[in-house]
Amino acid sequence: MAALVLGGCGKHDGAASADNLIKIGSVAPLTGPQAHLGKDNENGARLAVDEINAAGLTLGGRKMHIDLLSEDDQADPKTATTVAQKLVDSGVAGVIGHLNSGSTIPASTIYHDAGIPQISPSATAIAYTAQGYNTAFRVMTNDEQQGHVLGQYAVNKLGAKKIAIIDDRTAYGQGLADEFAKAAEAAGAEIVGREYTTDKSTDFMAILTSIKSKAPDLVFFGGMDPQAGPMAKQMKQLGLKAQLLGGDGMQTPEFIKLAGADAEGAIASNPGLTLDAMPGGKAFREKFTARFGPIQNYAPYAYDAVYVMVEAMKRAGSSDPAKYLPELARTDYQGVTGKIRFDSKGDVSGGAVTLYQVKNGTWHPLETVYSGK
Amino acid sequence: MDIFVQQLINGLVLGSVYALVALGYTMVYGILELINFAHGEVTMIGAMVALSVISALVGNGVALPGVVIALLGLLAAIPACMALGFTIERLAYRPLRNAPRLAPLITAIGVSIVLQNLAMLIWGRQYISFPPILPQGRHQLLGASITDVQIVILVTSVMLMLVLTLLVKRTRLGRAMRATAQSPQIAGLMGVNANTVISLTFVMGSALAAVAGVMVSAYYGLAHYYMGFLLGLKAFSAAVLGGIGNLAGAMFGGLLLGVIESLGAGYIGDFTGGFLGSNYQDVFAFFVLILVLVFRPSGLLGERVGERA
Repeated sequence: MAALVLGGCGKHDGAASADNLIKIGSVAPLTGPQAHLGKDNENGARLAVDEINAAGLTLGGRKMHIDLLSEDDQADPKTATTVAQKLVDSGVAGVIGHLNSGSTIPASTIYHDAGIPQISPSATAIAYTAQGYNTAFRVMTNDEQQGHVLGQYAVNKLGAKKIAIIDDRTAYGQGLADEFAKAAEAAGAEIVGREYTTDKSTDFMAILTSIKSKAPDLVFFGGMDPQAGPMAKQMKQLGLKAQLLGGDGMQTPEFIKLAGADAEGAIASNPGLTLDAMPGGKAFREKFTARFGPIQNYAPYAYDAVYVMVEAMKRAGSSDPAKYLPELARTDYQGVTGKIRFDSKGDVSGGAVTLYQVKNGTWHPLETVYSGK
Repeated sequence: MDIFVQQLINGLVLGSVYALVALGYTMVYGILELINFAHGEVTMIGAMVALSVISALVGNGVALPGVVIALLGLLAAIPACMALGFTIERLAYRPLRNAPRLAPLITAIGVSIVLQNLAMLIWGRQYISFPPILPQGRHQLLGASITDVQIVILVTSVMLMLVLTLLVKRTRLGRAMRATAQSPQIAGLMGVNANTVISLTFVMGSALAAVAGVMVSAYYGLAHYYMGFLLGLKAFSAAVLGGIGNLAGAMFGGLLLGVIESLGAGYIGDFTGGFLGSNYQDVFAFFVLILVLVFRPSGLLGERVGERA
């Protein structure tokens, strides 16, 4: 302990084993309705960590080993801050997470105060990087870009004139719905109804009935698949004949499983390219499915996030957050998901968004749009 | 107008499920003056057991009509929940029969948490989807639409409520239950075995909960390990609204609460000019609960019960 207090030059004379260990945190909901997505993120990160360990990682002439510390934030902002503090206390060099914007934002303050770099594979709310934290990064197109593309697509490509919007009141759902509304109105559509639910609900009969009375030709949902699935079912039950449109939270195999035949025709977006169009997508799918089964959604992004973090450590020759953080900001990495570069806020540059539609029980890509934002 | 009818149908379907679950709360309270907070979890276990059976049958390609498969699931869930209700009473409540009021309340919450975690261990953490085996017919009614599943839920609930009412009012067992509720000691002196009556009350309430659980999962097309929590709290609110301990009150309270919730979520945005949104849907039940406790603690149909001498 005394050596640590002295700091400076005597920093590395602790136990050899602890010295060669880099702890990286991975946080996502591993329990509750979004557990399948959380596990997917953890598996993506784990695949990358195991590969890097197997290939052998050398920093500053010393052989290192990465330990992935997986934590469950239950998609709950309060729990997220608790596990973030726990990871900081256990001395992580960086964090891959969290999954949800609502939990990523409060946790990012804790990482920033401790100077720990954080890369979220899937949080897309604008507020996350707008805080001005130099430790906050993401490898996925944000909601400003995604909502903008969705709003324009709904009006210009799907010809929607009267639109009803539902969101789940989370940072993600609300943020995406707001951006969507802005873009749809700018493109000339009328927002005829705005309804709300929660990220725990399964009953949407009341709000869908009230939407039905306004006869929209498109219903936009900002939220996740556990709600989107039953929502698609209940739209059919009520005979509400409107196009269902959503964001990346809905564009999952789980949505189709929960909605069954009623998923048919639904359209949803996902930031980035299709897995097949991603430069390393096909190879990644083979590797991942052989070990963990089908990809839910964000695994390739979690996988890339680990590599981006470790590449920055390699360039800095150290896993010390203060030393590799400047290198992380200068990232220029060709990942599975595409070219990853960060702008001054920590957002990924590019802004590609792909639209998918459910046909014959699977998601089929319609087209990839560049938001230019 | 047709939108109002639609909201009414939504509310009655939701409310009939609340009513079934509320009956379990009210029956147990009537006899033991105990709130069985694990009752919502019994509903959840019923849904999970039924879904396991249904998924296994569908997965192995059993060539039976969908309705028959769903019924087999229900027939597996009912005895499972009966056994569970019986066990909960024996293990968690009977040893505390003469303890202070707070003790069984705490064990009830404990049982609820244990059951939730047990379900998480057995069935996993994710949503389980109900295989699409049921007829998806839709019918027009006064300008609103009602589905086959909604009709089945309404009819089944009303039938079960009638059966239960007759059982309590017209049979020897029912008389024993009413006697035990009035005074366990005197009923005992008259030859009623209070323990048997209490066990049977739990078993009957759990059977109703099993049916409610299966119907809820069929209605929404999914089940998960914590689905019983909010459902249980709302059903409890419904029982209090009707007058806890009063069977007719539980049925009435359940239906009323379902309708309040649907109309509230459907119209709150219009009435408050967008100041309050439909995300307050889950709050109405508890808002009603507070109103009842403040203004009419004995519930809408309950009588003021004096302290037992």
